[in-house]
Amino acid sequence: MPQIKSLEELRKLRQQVERDIATRKDTGTTVIVGMGTCGIAAGARETMHAVLEELRKRDIDANVTTVGCIGMCAREPLVDIEQAGKPRVTYGNVTPDMVSRLIEEHLVKGQVVEEWVVGRLQSS
Amino acid sequence: MRELSLHILDLMENALAAGAQHIRVTVEEDTRANTLTITVADDGCGMDTETQARAVDPYYTTRMTRHVGLGLPLIKAAAERCAGGFELNSRVGKGTTVMVSFQRDHIDRAPLGDMVSTLMGALLNDRDAWDLAFVHRIDEHEFGLDTAEVRQILGDIPLGYPAVREWLETFLRQGYEELYITVAA
Repeated sequence: MPQIKSLEELRKLRQQVERDIATRKDTGTTVIVGMGTCGIAAGARETMHAVLEELRKRDIDANVTTVGCIGMCAREPLVDIEQAGKPRVTYGNVTPDMVSRLIEEHLVKGQVVEEWVVGRLQSS
Repeated sequence: MRELSLHILDLMENALAAGAQHIRVTVEEDTRANTLTITVADDGCGMDTETQARAVDPYYTTRMTRHVGLGLPLIKAAAERCAGGFELNSRVGKGTTVMVSFQRDHIDRAPLGDMVSTLMGALLNDRDAWDLAFVHRIDEHEFGLDTAEVRQILGDIPLGYPAVREWLETFLRQGYEELYITVAA
């Protein structure tokens, strides 16, 4: 993708995105990175950056959002993967070098990386 | 924290937690006055006088999950370590402004660090319908982003949409590159 930075280019991007949205099937995948003070201090911003890079490299369509502290501060950085119809999985102590395997196994192969799981929420 | 930009991210997260719809972030470096000043101003719920006084206490927090709130005490300590200052002004129902200054060339002053990742981190917060007015000034040079302008162009398309977030990150990186090249010249 060519380097783009101007607002004019953003206008062109809008037209393209509107076309894409019409055909885009929302994968229903969201990667959530904890960004409370504890998360930030533990390196969550770098983990988030690694997630964005990995998704871009693999051309995977997923939403990425950040949330505040959930109280498991000793396990930060925390990364949740939420997919439609599946339990929401929380991974703990996720450093940037773990992100590649996480995306590969959980998103690409559909296999939870059990050894890194610190929490799970059953979908209703 | 290792970088001042991590503190800025933390302050922005505070603003979002307070329900801000507008956050103004300014980083001003004055090489002649030898100061670096960070301002994060929001229009969130604000704090009363008592809460303002307690906000810099590391054992005070509004969170239910923990009993420490380290963000503000840490940045205050960082500023004081660098012959700088810390100011917190807030009004209930109006919002909060945090202004932190540092002696720019102080040996203990942490680097500003990766502002692009900080801004992206805040912009990807799952709260939507808020705008950021960001400016980084180094003497007479400046670079900024106003997401209100971006939203006007995008219409209903969210900032978190993959192609848009890539545009944002590229825009920020290139803007910073140009700023630093201009300043070095």
